[in-house]
This record gives sequence, structure tokens and C-alpha cells, in this order.
Amino acid sequence: MPEGARERILGRLRRAPGAEASPSDFGVMERKAWPAAERYPRLKRMMESVKTEFLEATEQSWPQAIFGFLQSQGLSTLLFGPGTAAGGRLSESWPSGDGALLVPYDRPVEEMKERLFDEVDAGFTTTRGGIAETGGLILWPSPEEPRLLSLVPPVHLALLYTDEIYDTFWQALRSQGWAGGMPPNALLVSGPSKTADIEQTLAYGVHGPRRLIVVAVLRGPL
Amino acid sequence: MGAEKRAPAFRPAAAGALKDPELRANFRRAMDGLMARRAALFADPAEWRDLRALGASIRQRTLARLPALLERLESKCAGNGIRVRWAETTEEANALVLEILRARGATRVVKGKSMVSEEMHLNDFLEKHGIESLESDLGEYIIQLDGETPSHIIMPAIHKNRRQIASLFGRKIREAKYTEDVDELTGIARRVLRRKFFEAEAGISGVNFAVAETGTLCLVENEGNGRMSTHVPPVHIALMGIEKVVERLEDVPPLYSLLTRSATGQAITTYFNMITGPRGAGEKDGPAEVHLIILDNGRSRISSDAELSATLRCIRCGACMNHCPVYTRVGGHAYQSTYPGPIGKILTPQTEGVGRRHDLVHASSLCGACAEACPVGIPIAELLVRLRREAAHKSQGSSVLGAGEGRSRWESLAWALWKAAHRSPALYRLVGFAATRFSRILPSGLPILSAWTGESGQAQGLPPELLKTTRRLREAPRPARRTLHELVEEIGVDDA
Amino acid sequence: MSGIRLLQREGLRVVFPRGQTCCAQPAYNCGYHDEARAVARAQIALFRKPHPIVVPSGSCAGMMKRHYPALFEGDPFREEAEAFAARVFELTQFLSDVLEVKWTDRGEKVRVTWHPSCHSLREMGIDEEPKKLLAQLANVEVAPLARERECCGFGGTFAVREPEISAAMVEDKASDVVSTGAPLLLSGDGGCLLNIGGRLAARGERVRAQHIAQFLWERTNGR
Repeated sequence: MPEGARERILGRLRRAPGAEASPSDFGVMERKAWPAAERYPRLKRMMESVKTEFLEATEQSWPQAIFGFLQSQGLSTLLFGPGTAAGGRLSESWPSGDGALLVPYDRPVEEMKERLFDEVDAGFTTTRGGIAETGGLILWPSPEEPRLLSLVPPVHLALLYTDEIYDTFWQALRSQGWAGGMPPNALLVSGPSKTADIEQTLAYGVHGPRRLIVVAVLRGPL
Repeated sequence: MGAEKRAPAFRPAAAGALKDPELRANFRRAMDGLMARRAALFADPAEWRDLRALGASIRQRTLARLPALLERLESKCAGNGIRVRWAETTEEANALVLEILRARGATRVVKGKSMVSEEMHLNDFLEKHGIESLESDLGEYIIQLDGETPSHIIMPAIHKNRRQIASLFGRKIREAKYTEDVDELTGIARRVLRRKFFEAEAGISGVNFAVAETGTLCLVENEGNGRMSTHVPPVHIALMGIEKVVERLEDVPPLYSLLTRSATGQAITTYFNMITGPRGAGEKDGPAEVHLIILDNGRSRISSDAELSATLRCIRCGACMNHCPVYTRVGGHAYQSTYPGPIGKILTPQTEGVGRRHDLVHASSLCGACAEACPVGIPIAELLVRLRREAAHKSQGSSVLGAGEGRSRWESLAWALWKAAHRSPALYRLVGFAATRFSRILPSGLPILSAWTGESGQAQGLPPELLKTTRRLREAPRPARRTLHELVEEIGVDDA
Repeated sequence: MSGIRLLQREGLRVVFPRGQTCCAQPAYNCGYHDEARAVARAQIALFRKPHPIVVPSGSCAGMMKRHYPALFEGDPFREEAEAFAARVFELTQFLSDVLEVKWTDRGEKVRVTWHPSCHSLREMGIDEEPKKLLAQLANVEVAPLARERECCGFGGTFAVREPEISAAMVEDKASDVVSTGAPLLLSGDGGCLLNIGGRLAARGERVRAQHIAQFLWERTNGR
């Protein structure tokens, strides 16, 4: 019965094509562009307007900046992917003693689900750049940086290099050649989770993280 | 047991809604807010014009190539490990969902927002089969708690104010203490649902855009419940209508931009989730199985008509209902249709029968505010006129479901008479003469006249306090003493 | 009549073919297209001379300009329908954009409010033209409606098919009119005027509803 459904549906669609196509003019997308030096300030402004927080640092200082941030906020565990270059930097430069603990997300979620949901204060991920037009970060979860890192812990820290910001989402996916192959999961994140379902009043921290902190490594023209 | 249910009727439901001042106030406030937010994001008329034209062309291109694109989507998805199945009817789709869940022994499901699942009445179906299907989007969660259906396609609980929600939570959620604070109410929902995400055995979602080029399912959300539902449980079932496919990845950003700005006046949502497969090799999380169910439910029939296929361009933004003067006043439930508002008025009659739901195609003053706001240029008012024609006439080549079943003998007669009077200049002058000379003797109880003046209690749309002060809805029109034709004759205007 | 006089005063010879009846919009909107086509054909046949066709109603103009050609899809008459449609103008559009009239106000100070009919606005795209004409009248103050672009609820047969909703819409529009403080409501569409004017009268309001053509004629002709 369900087998027949496919053929019947496609058969109906093939028999009577109703709509006509005309070529698409992407000019309006091409025209959205900002000078390189303006992209980070714009991204920051757009993301801050939806309650994203920014922690600015250099290539040298960012692990320490994160450590200090966690301490100042009273956050005691940071989940991360040890297999990335950034994860490696965190591991090797993390201070020992008092302060937040680094927790590696290095095994299937089934083996650490309770810990992930109930005991981790924050999660750290890298990004694949940002989007200036709307504000936003590009994330490609991977075996080294699992999906739930940026979703389950109540705080998400994301590493962004300020010279990796694209004008638009359209430009980003074309420049990075996404059509050549997508990972099982890719996503854009623009801020902490929110809803306006109650009287159209904004409330933050619904199901995703309550806080998004962009660790912005300043690089390139600014 | 199978007896044909009586066709829902819009007018009495609307009349009831009009008498509810709280509902009217909730909707007026909400729609004003949504319209203003959208307008702010489309402040540049040239950009709106160009982006909208691009969006319309992308959707039209999809519809023109629909069968080939669906096949490509299926093939790409399958190659990525997503199992694709097809359903002609909502019954078939429900059966497929059940089969997948039973195969895993899953009885606890979390759901992201999906209008297609509402079309399927999926939650009711699953409940009947002993499966808990819990809505995780806050608005959907609220209405599920109250045993209701969504009244708007983007903001399902828009008809409720915070007091009503506070009262609902206080009554239905055991561990919650009563509060009217929005942050606290949200916190309650977060706590309850976090447990449910953790324990769920399957997650069900809709699809905003399905990209044929790469076999990617795109989901738009602000809360994070969609990602929770699609990444945490071991099984993910995605539901989509056949028209949700887009050809290429590069087609997505323009549509996404039109969607977020039109729906909620946001430049971008919190998350844009792109799923191209189940947990990949080496991945540590993500579902073991991802299923895609492609539903027809009358859409293939719609796509076969060149004019009506524009209905399928819809990206489910809700802008049409936000701008509709009728929707604003009666809210979504009055339509008694999965999809309310202008899009519902053209979609539902085509999927359920234009005779059965001719009430919907006439529930419009054809003001055109919807088409003006539609980001993909669906000419909704024109399609309503077309469907009115289809309701009253069964023509040779028509593929519209239920064509001719909404025909009224009286109305056909009336228009035949009208035609006679207006095709013949002599007859027309006679009618005009009579109207100007003898109108005073017309009984005020004549149906059309009394609907106009509000005799016989038809002033029900008015707020109760006003009915005390005005005897009538409108004063009866007073025809001029002479016709226009007579007047121009008098002043000697040329005839040719 | 005012429309004719306004055009004649600009030096135009106005022709009013006596056989004309109705643009057929009511039948068309109700889906009775065969009947509408028959009446439309009769109208088109009366206007064969290559003169501009000026219509003092935005919804009638919209019907003829936007919908007449498609009514004759597949019919050899379509070519004629298209030629006809190409010559259709709404009155204020013609006065403002084609004739580019320059007027002097001969009336006393007055406040008015303006209601653009939906079809005029959205089918004919007429928004600025009436306002430009009113702006030429020095003693006329235009107080805008709060929800200017919202439908008044007439919608032709909508007012009798869905009287409750239509009632709610006209009530809101009437209240909006009253809050502007203007004693005069202007519109380019007879249906809207009948509808809003009828409600205002039933409410016992002092506001009068008048067609913009008549208003423009009276103001510039010194009554």
C-alpha cells in the first residue's frame, strides 16, 4: 500500500505540470555587502540585540579569557571537544587548581547523558565563521565536537575569528562550498534560546542555552 | 462510525468569536505587533520588491520541477542514511509513523512544531495507540495542555493572554507554583520539557525546507526544542508536504530571510538547523535513525492547475493572517481548519473539497491585504475568486476537488437575472428607473436589505454596549431621485 | 456628475456612452464568470474609440484594468479587452498623473479624512494621487485615519454574506473616522461610502460621507 503511494503521487505530478518556471535573479543577495572592517562590528551589534554576550581576546589570550569568565560567573564545569585544535589549546593551557573543570565530550552520549544534562554548566565549540547581515555563527558539529555541546549545557561559549565573517548566509554557503557535501548536522546560531509565545513577550533560556557567549578573537582589519 | 460529518461553517463560529472581547483584544494587540515588526524589517521597498520576486521565482521553479526534485531529494536523503517514505493521505502518514515507533518499541515521543502533523491529527492518533506525543514548542505545549488546536500557524497560543496561561499551568502542572511572570512560566516549561527530551524514545519534527541538491532538511526555530527533539532521542521522524522541497542550497537563504522577517519580524531566528543524516561515523550524538515522510494529501492535485498551484508556494510565514482584517477579528479557531486565515481559505477548500468548505472561500472581503504582505507573491484574493467560481460550477477540465458542490440555485438565478438586466441597456434603464422612483416601497425585511441595515438582529458583530445606542447597523441606502443616465442626458454629454 | 464636470472644465470633451451598465465586478467576485463576461463584453463594445476611459471608482477601474483581459482568455475578443484595459484610468489618477491639474481652493477651512478603497489601493495602486489633489486645496486639512489601509468591511456581497464580521469592520472604521475629528469622510469608492456612511448615520454621527470627485468639484468651483 505505501509502495503504491510513491508511484501514484509522482505519477500525478508528472502527468500534469501546472506551474511555469522563470529564472531567478539573485542580484538582491549579491548586493548585500559590507566593507571587511564593518563586518565584525555589525555582527556584534546584531547579536547583542538578541542578548548574545561578547568576550574579546587575542589568539594568545582566549583560553585564559574563557577560564577567567567562567570563574567570574561561578561556572564550574566546561564541556568541550578535546580532538579539535582549539580543544587541544584549551587542554594544554588550562590552569589547574581552583577554577572551572574541563570535561571532555569524548564518548557516545549514551555513556554520559546524565552528566551532560544535569552536571555541566557550560559547553565550548569552535565555529566556521559568522554572518554579518543578520548576526549569527556557523557551526558544523563533528565527531570531535558533538551536536549537543552547543545545545544542552545552559551556557554556550563559541570561538569566532573576526576575519572569518561573511556578508550573508548566502555568501557563506557559496564561499565554503556547502553544495559539495553537507555534514549530518550543520547550523546557524544567533543568540541564546528565546520565545515570545506568551503575549509576544520575549523570554530567554527556553530549551536551548540561556546564554550565548561569543569568544571573539580579534584578527584582520577592524 | 463513518457517517459524513457536517461541513464546518465559518459564519456561526466567527459570530461567536466576535462576541468575545478578550479574544478580540488579544488578537488585535498581537496582529498589530506582528505587522509592525514585519514592516520594520522590510523598510526598504526596493529590497522587498526584489527579494519577494526572487522568493516567488524560487518557489515557482520548485513547483515546475516538483516530481524530479522529489526524486532527487529522496535519492540524496537515502544516500545520506535518511529513510524516505511516501504517504498519499494523512491516514497513511499516521500509519507510517506508528510503524516506525512500534519497530523501536517507542511510547514516549517529543514533538517540534509541525503544521503537517496538525493536518494529520497525529497526537490524537498516537494517543489512541498508547503513545505519548508531547509538544515541546512552548506555544504548542500550552495549547496541548488545554486540549486545543493552534489558532495561528506561527504563534499557536496567540489567543491566550498571560493570565490564562498562568491559570492553565497552575491547574495542570503539578510541581509548578502559580505565577503570572513570563520568565517564571517559561522556566516551568523548560524544566518539565528538559526531562522529557532526556527520556524521549523518539522525536518528531516538521520541515521548513528540504533541499534536493544535498538531501538536507532545514528547520527554523527560536527555542531550541526542535534541535532537542531531533538530536537527543535515538529516532527522528521528519514530516513534510510535497511542496516543501527546494532545488538548491543557495535557494534557501532568500526564503529563510523572507520567512523570519515576514513571520515574526526577525532578521534571523535563534537556530537554523540543517539535518543531512543520522549520527555519522564517529559522531557521539545524534539519532541512530532519521526518517522522512513525504505527504501528499491533495497537494499533487493542486499542483496540476497552473493558476491554483501558486497556493503551494506558501512558506508558512503567517503574514497573510497577520494582515487580514477578518482573522484579526475572529482568530484562528473560527476557521475550523488546520490552516486558518487567508492561506487556509485557499488551501483547505482544495484539500477537503471546495463544496464542503465553500464557507471559507466566501469568508473574505477580497481586500487584498494578504497578497500585499505575502513574501512569495501568492495572489490570494484572485485564487479566492477562482475557488468561488469552482465552488459554483463544475467545468470540463477542472481538477478542483468538489467543484460545483457549492452551487446555490438561488444565487445562480440571481446572477442570471443580473446578467439580463445589465446586458440590455433598455432593461438596465428600466431597473434604474424603478430603483430611483419606487425604492421607498421596498419592504425592509428583504433579506439583503435587512442584512445591510441589521434588522432582525444581525447587528451581532457589534460590541454589546453599542447595540443599546444604535437601533440599526447601517441606515438603509437612499437612491438618488434620478439615474446617472438621466442626469448626463440632461446636461447634454455626448453619447459617442 | 462631478467627475464629468471636473474633466470638462479641463477642456476635455467627455463622452458617456449611454448603453453602459456595470463593470461586472459583483458577478466576477462571486465566481459567476460567464455572466460577468457577457456583461463585460457589452461594456467593452461601447468603448471602442481610442480615448482614455476614466472611471470614478477604484474598484470598477481595477476590475476593468486587471481582470477584463483574463476573462477573455482563449477568446479572440481578448485582444480587444486588452486594448480596452490599457486605456482605463481611475479618476483621481487621471486628474493627478495625466492632466496634472493645478487648482485653487474656493472653500472655507475644513478638516477631512480619507479612506482609500482596498481595490483602488491594491489593484490600481492608487495611494498618492488623491492626496496630491487634496494637498492642492489650501483650506483643506487632511486628518489621516489611524488604520487607513484597513478594509471597511463592504466587500460587495461580503457585507450580506458575513454580516457580523462586516459589522465589526465597519464599526471600527466608523470609530476611526470619528476620532479624526473630521466632519467629512472622503473616498473614491461608492460602496465604501455607502457602507461607512450608513454606519455613521446609524450611530447618529455628524460626519458626512462624500465622494472625492464631488468634493473636489465643489471646492474648486465655489459650490
